[in-house]
Amino acid sequence: MGREMTAPLVVFFVLAALAVIGAVSLILQKHPIHSALSLIVVMVALAGLYLLLGAEFVAAVQIIVYGGAIMVLFVFVIMLLNAGVEEHTNLSKMAGAPGLLLVVALAGFVAATIAKSAESVHAAPQTGELASTLEISNMIFKDFVYPFELTSFLILVAVLGATVLAQREKS
Amino acid sequence: MVPTNYYVILSAILFGLGVFAFIFKRNIITIFMSIELMLNAVNLAFVAFSQPLGKVDGQVFVLFVIVVAAAEAAVGLGIIILIARNRQTLNVERVDLLKL
Repeated sequence: MGREMTAPLVVFFVLAALAVIGAVSLILQKHPIHSALSLIVVMVALAGLYLLLGAEFVAAVQIIVYGGAIMVLFVFVIMLLNAGVEEHTNLSKMAGAPGLLLVVALAGFVAATIAKSAESVHAAPQTGELASTLEISNMIFKDFVYPFELTSFLILVAVLGATVLAQREKS
Repeated sequence: MVPTNYYVILSAILFGLGVFAFIFKRNIITIFMSIELMLNAVNLAFVAFSQPLGKVDGQVFVLFVIVVAAAEAAVGLGIIILIARNRQTLNVERVDLLKL
């Protein structure tokens, strides 16, 4: 690697290892509730990485919306449906080996392609002040105000859809 | 200062693990969770690229992705409840009405 381990680099590798371990644990765990807890570990690690990138507002939203609301919804549904240990047939076990090869090829290809293009991205001079939340709010409420209003309509439709789907049919 | 490449490679690894979980897991709730994992990997790439460019467009897009993911989770879990109620199973191999 050739570069000395600075403090941000150490924090990055710790959080990256945590995220990858959580994702692998999501695959290896047999019970859905253990998978859900592993996914929460991944999300908290990613929130730490966002803080490292200086995106403190996105980090807070990640913790509150992803780690909080969405994962609570998942855990709630797992407990509501009393989901048990998943069962694998012989066919699905056999599908694992070619699937693994395919995924390694895919991840390698994506990483190689994007990392090559990322070299052309030159780092902007860091101003040192954290104004990103102000910039984000300016952008959302000026440039992206129509998409922002549309998402509120999307959420309304989603709430209606979820309610209609999950209600008991009248007999 | 961590190079942007590292974040992008981590994002690709997480996306690959999400794809593998999607095709390997048999529980419909876990499959849905692996979709969330893939969305998170893409979000990481967005934020990683927004930092060196010095613009917050990527972070705004991440916020929109999170909103859409929340809406998707609400509808998707409603569908999962419906499947569990109608077919008494969460195993995707038993949900094969469209198979010949």
